[in-house]
Amino acid sequence: MESKLNLDFKLVEQARAHAAQVADETQRFIDGYTTVAVERTICRLLGIDGVSGGEALDITGENSLGVPLPSVVVDHLMEKGALSQGAAFWLGNAMVETGKGPQALAEEVGAGTLDLTSLPVHAEADIHAALAPIVEESLKKIRTRRQRREDFIASHGGEKNGPWVYLIVATGNIYEDITQATAAARQGADVIAVIRTTGQSLLDYVPYGATTEGFGGTYATQENFRLMREAMDKVGEELGRYIRVCNYCSGLCMPEIAAMGAFEGLDVMLNDALYGILFRDINMQRTLVDQSFSRAINAYAGVVINTGEDNYLTTADAVEEAHTVLASQFLNEAFALKAGLPEEQMGLGHAFEIDPDVENGFLYELAQAEMAREIFPNAPLKYMPPTKFMTGNVFRGHVQDALFNMVTILTGQKIHLLGMMTEAIHTPFLSDRFLAIQNAQYIFRTMQDLGSEIVFKDGGIMQTRANEVLKKATDLLGQIEQLGIFETLERGIFADIKRPRDGGKGLDGVVSKTPGYFNPFLEPMMKGGAAK
Amino acid sequence: MSSGLYQIRDKSLDTTLDLTRLKPYGDTMNDGKVQTSFTLPVKDDDRGAAAAVLVAQKMGLSEPNVALRQKLDENFTFYVVYGSLTHTVNYNEIVVQTVTDEVMDMHETDEFLKERLGRKMVVIGASTGTDAHTVGIDAIMNRKGFAGHYGLERYEMVEAYNLGSQVPNEEFLRKAAEVNADVLLVSQTVTQKDVHIQNLTELIELAEAEGVREKYIFCCGGARVTHALAKELGYDAGFGAGTYADDVATFTSKELVRRLNK
Repeated sequence: MESKLNLDFKLVEQARAHAAQVADETQRFIDGYTTVAVERTICRLLGIDGVSGGEALDITGENSLGVPLPSVVVDHLMEKGALSQGAAFWLGNAMVETGKGPQALAEEVGAGTLDLTSLPVHAEADIHAALAPIVEESLKKIRTRRQRREDFIASHGGEKNGPWVYLIVATGNIYEDITQATAAARQGADVIAVIRTTGQSLLDYVPYGATTEGFGGTYATQENFRLMREAMDKVGEELGRYIRVCNYCSGLCMPEIAAMGAFEGLDVMLNDALYGILFRDINMQRTLVDQSFSRAINAYAGVVINTGEDNYLTTADAVEEAHTVLASQFLNEAFALKAGLPEEQMGLGHAFEIDPDVENGFLYELAQAEMAREIFPNAPLKYMPPTKFMTGNVFRGHVQDALFNMVTILTGQKIHLLGMMTEAIHTPFLSDRFLAIQNAQYIFRTMQDLGSEIVFKDGGIMQTRANEVLKKATDLLGQIEQLGIFETLERGIFADIKRPRDGGKGLDGVVSKTPGYFNPFLEPMMKGGAAK
Repeated sequence: MSSGLYQIRDKSLDTTLDLTRLKPYGDTMNDGKVQTSFTLPVKDDDRGAAAAVLVAQKMGLSEPNVALRQKLDENFTFYVVYGSLTHTVNYNEIVVQTVTDEVMDMHETDEFLKERLGRKMVVIGASTGTDAHTVGIDAIMNRKGFAGHYGLERYEMVEAYNLGSQVPNEEFLRKAAEVNADVLLVSQTVTQKDVHIQNLTELIELAEAEGVREKYIFCCGGARVTHALAKELGYDAGFGAGTYADDVATFTSKELVRRLNK
């Protein structure tokens, strides 16, 4: 591909090599550990579902939602100091001993009538043999889901050209979300994201069942996933096109949510390697281990991940810190490749967040977006709208969003999160969403091929800017390679946020693996998705 | 188009400004012109448009003009309506609570603290409760500040601690005691179902229970926070949209000096 920005692709190669080194080094750490979230995920993938009668407080700390059985099993193993062998080992062993399935065993653990660690230990080969059909059944369920999506798209005229219009719903009530999502789909949305309730990222379990109460969003639960997918299938049939559903594989339950999404046919997941560490103060060891398995699941399920670089710019300056966005994109790419996720499923993120008062700010935005496009040509880039400089002046806001829409169509961004003129005022009204879609469709239609008609001036502002950002990002990655990811995060190199290696939430859920540990899903999932 | 289309002014309109009978201004004094937009959960048809006119009339608009009716979904229609407001307000009778009269910039505040307090003012800030957004507290505290207003971390005479987001109220008070804070800043971004009010109230109740309410200056901020709301909830001041670190620093430094009788 010819570079409009006259990018130095030797530097790009160098940056990629640095990022790959960082990911390799980090993977050596990841391979030595498991977490409570990873083990709960294995329980879910083995078919354990439902809740026991115990107490698990919601985000207000006032209501009990019941303890999910995967949490019951993992807490039980944690209490017995047995988690370092892995949940699959203990469940498989109990299957050999009792002849019962994982769900029945989990229910007995929940009822307090079974101690998984007190049963006689069987031969490893027998344990693997007992688990094998259940593992295959689970993988098959995910493959079938993936196939269903691919068939639907193929039978409805194939994949859409041009940007996917991505809209959020956030009422707190899954049924109200469905009303809004259905309307948004009819108006032209391609991706519907259900924003999670504030605080869910810090819950160390996944709530159960359909929910109607949330704050600033709706709980991510498997039943809510199912309900939204079903509603979007229905409206998709009516409209003759596939509507993607998006949720959040982030926080303390990254891989669990990936598994739930894989079972229910979600299509897009927010899934960043570093976001939780930086913005939710989740322990870095915990997140690095969790993100790895979550991405392997997403890879297998054909889910497009969205990374969170856009968030850097909500705390750091979009002009000065643009290179950290690019550096993080390289790192997210490298970590994702390690987990078996192909480029086509990497929705690397960035955002339109330059202060409107900056002279030629639009040129910098355009240069940054074009640069990302050229460096990651196969990635369905996720582009986020202005938020930081949205003021409450809805009229100017609508213009800011229009400029943002122009950058997308000029540079071929793929996952286009629509900006709302009422950003910074309230969660979007039905009409806000309509106006946003109308704005985007107008620009996408009338400027469809403008990008291929224009060239950038040799040595002009945009070429100079992009090459400067690339140079700084490459230098930064070189520095990160020297430091390693842990020290990089400790020094606050990303988003100006410093995080200690042993600080943050969720460290007590990180367990080093003992010999004999196994995760029966990792290997088949790492081999790639059903399409391969 | 007939030229009459452009003559929208009522000829009998008294165009003298009367602050005791204040009305919105379109292009002529006292024309009362407003624009409004809303969605009705009905089909896009004439009956729906008639409903929009009635809604506008009940809002106090005379001669409502439905400039746009737009189908959003089968049973949802969006209307943009212009009209003349029939209501008036008495501007002269309005009294507002303001935080400060004159805002000092960073250098002025630093000078003021040097001279009058003689030590650094200790400020801790956080987005508390379940609120995961740091954008508000960062705008006030980060060195760089926001929209050209430097943040408190840059002030020479302010010792600033930004605890970030999702800080439980208990931990916030514990940290305040630990750093010997003068001022506590609480940011609330998520306001759905008034969760911010519960959380802000809880902090004050907790401070009262621990007997430290009078020990600190309590301020809250956020897009939906007003000074009046803050006072109602038991805070010393509230900072809403359009306020910056300068406003916070001016109020807190003057208030601290006043309390210490310096």
